[in-house]
Amino acid sequence: MAAVVRIPTVLRPATGGATLVSVEGSTIGDVLESLTTTYPAIRGQLLNEDGTLHRFLNVYVNDDDVRYLGGVDAPVADDDEITLLPAVAGGAH
Amino acid sequence: MLQLTADLRDAMVATCVRALPEEGCGLLLGSSDGVVMEVVASVNVAHSARVYEIDPRVLLHTFRRADDEGVMVMGVFHSHTHSEPRPSPTDVAQAPDPSWHYVLVGLREETTQVRSFRIENGVVSEESVEIR
Repeated sequence: MAAVVRIPTVLRPATGGATLVSVEGSTIGDVLESLTTTYPAIRGQLLNEDGTLHRFLNVYVNDDDVRYLGGVDAPVADDDEITLLPAVAGGAH
Repeated sequence: MLQLTADLRDAMVATCVRALPEEGCGLLLGSSDGVVMEVVASVNVAHSARVYEIDPRVLLHTFRRADDEGVMVMGVFHSHTHSEPRPSPTDVAQAPDPSWHYVLVGLREETTQVRSFRIENGVVSEESVEIR
């Protein structure tokens, strides 16, 4: 199954400037593994070494945050749009 | 330089005051050359006086709207309630985009301060804030 992944501006240098990438996979984990196989430079910004989602990355399937859909196990259907956005966060120290 | 109207500055300050005792935060829509066109308030989902995180739903909807309307998400603002309004080591380490403007609203002193910074490759530089 193929879904479309929307790449944020800050990650586009790692995808050769691509904004929308068609990726095979039936779960978010599959999709991100496939994406990082095509674009190895992006891996460190998406996944931890153990394959879990990076703490400071937001991943959405259509309108939904995958943290509430099972994380890397979240199902992906044909024509779903997956959006990656780095978390915007900080602290006073 | 960051350029914005007094109304937009006041909207950022009001968001941060309403969030007290927690840090307040939100996104800035505008142009790449530093002109702010809209302030988008967010809940601080970290619910903390020491850290902030923009609500992931606000993030998604704001980026989508920016794409649809042909504007840019060009920065973020948040408050420091008990420390100087300049980026902390955490802010610098987690800065998501070197093209952004990082606005700090300082609420520690009696007079509210609004300062703006660029953060590129871990290097912080302050820029001027012009109220138009």
